[in-house]
Amino acid sequence: MKLVLNKDVMSIEKEQDVVPFRNRVKEYAVKIGMSLVNQTKLITAASELVRNMLKYGGGGVTIIEVISQGRDNGIRLVFQDKGPGIKDISLAMKDGYSSGKSLGIGLPGAKRLVNEFDIKSTLGEGTTVSIIKWKNG
Amino acid sequence: MSKDIGKLLQKNKKHILEDWMTRQLADATLREDLMSNEELREQSNELLNALLKNITDHTIDTQSAAFDEVNEIISGISISRARQGFTPRETGIYVFSLKDALQKSLEGEIKNDPQLLYDSSIQVNKMMDDLGIMTFETFIKGREEVILRQTSEITEISTPVIQVWEGILALPIIGTLDSARTQVVMENLLQEIVETGSTIAILDISGVPAVDSLVAQHLIKTVAATRLMGAECIISGIRPEIAQTIVHLGIDLSNIVTKASLASALKYSFGLLQIQVKKSPNKV
Repeated sequence: MKLVLNKDVMSIEKEQDVVPFRNRVKEYAVKIGMSLVNQTKLITAASELVRNMLKYGGGGVTIIEVISQGRDNGIRLVFQDKGPGIKDISLAMKDGYSSGKSLGIGLPGAKRLVNEFDIKSTLGEGTTVSIIKWKNG
Repeated sequence: MSKDIGKLLQKNKKHILEDWMTRQLADATLREDLMSNEELREQSNELLNALLKNITDHTIDTQSAAFDEVNEIISGISISRARQGFTPRETGIYVFSLKDALQKSLEGEIKNDPQLLYDSSIQVNKMMDDLGIMTFETFIKGREEVILRQTSEITEISTPVIQVWEGILALPIIGTLDSARTQVVMENLLQEIVETGSTIAILDISGVPAVDSLVAQHLIKTVAATRLMGAECIISGIRPEIAQTIVHLGIDLSNIVTKASLASALKYSFGLLQIQVKKSPNKV
């Protein structure tokens, strides 16, 4: 049972929104007392996903939530876009695959940086990625 | 709007202007320190003239071509007022007080036909609201231009290339590396390599808050370009948490010489250039 303690919504429309978003995530991570390494991992994963959202989904909405499960606190981030969707998710999750000209490690890398990773995509409707990083995860 | 209303307002122009001026002068937000009453009257007269001239048969739509002249004057007033130090509220009140004056004039002229009065009031209101919105839009646009200019200025000043030793350049990167920034960094660095004939460049990323795959890709490109110029490139300032993140993310930096601090990068460079730093036994 995951309890949502705090919820914040930010819309991402342009590249200039990335840094304020990252700072907001950092604020929440600091507030729940996340260690520096985990903070950096979370922020980096968030940065990857938000850039993907901008590049492939044409921007969208992000939700930052402070959640708690038992004694553990954590941060859940949800990235929703209304872009073209991902054709083959397992291919997109493969290291080194990129439909653009990037390194192709954004999605799989982000997955390795967090504790829980969930991706849903419908062609023509958009993509939703949800990640959780526990404070002591 | 019926033809009569346009003509009606035209006929009452003088009254409207007087009424508008009285309202402006009576308002608490009047800024005599920024603009004299004569100037204000002239500005108001110009705007009213253009406005009434363009209220004709069907054109009450502020987006239509016939309204271009009015829109232009409004934008001009808004920008010049913003520069003079008026607040957006003061500029807004300036436009909205004209609405009151027009309304008053309509009221006086069309006493006997409530339906017509109602219809024309709605139209005049809508038009003036549009013009009010226009002043805000212009005001914000002016501000945004300032912000954009500052952003580009920050990019310019925050990427210095320093020659730390003969043949060794250091480039401290502070803030986020995006595509535009990388372009500036790369250009400055490559240019400086040519000018100083340096063979080693140290990119210090102590001031980069997060290294994601995009930033890493930009770093790798910069290193590759530096190597093409015949210089070696070292990345320094990799903090422990950044190192862990890079590993988890799966970024391969093994082909690049990386150091934890600028000092160790400098030491490594000395080794490459076969320079020895010794403690002198005698005081210099």
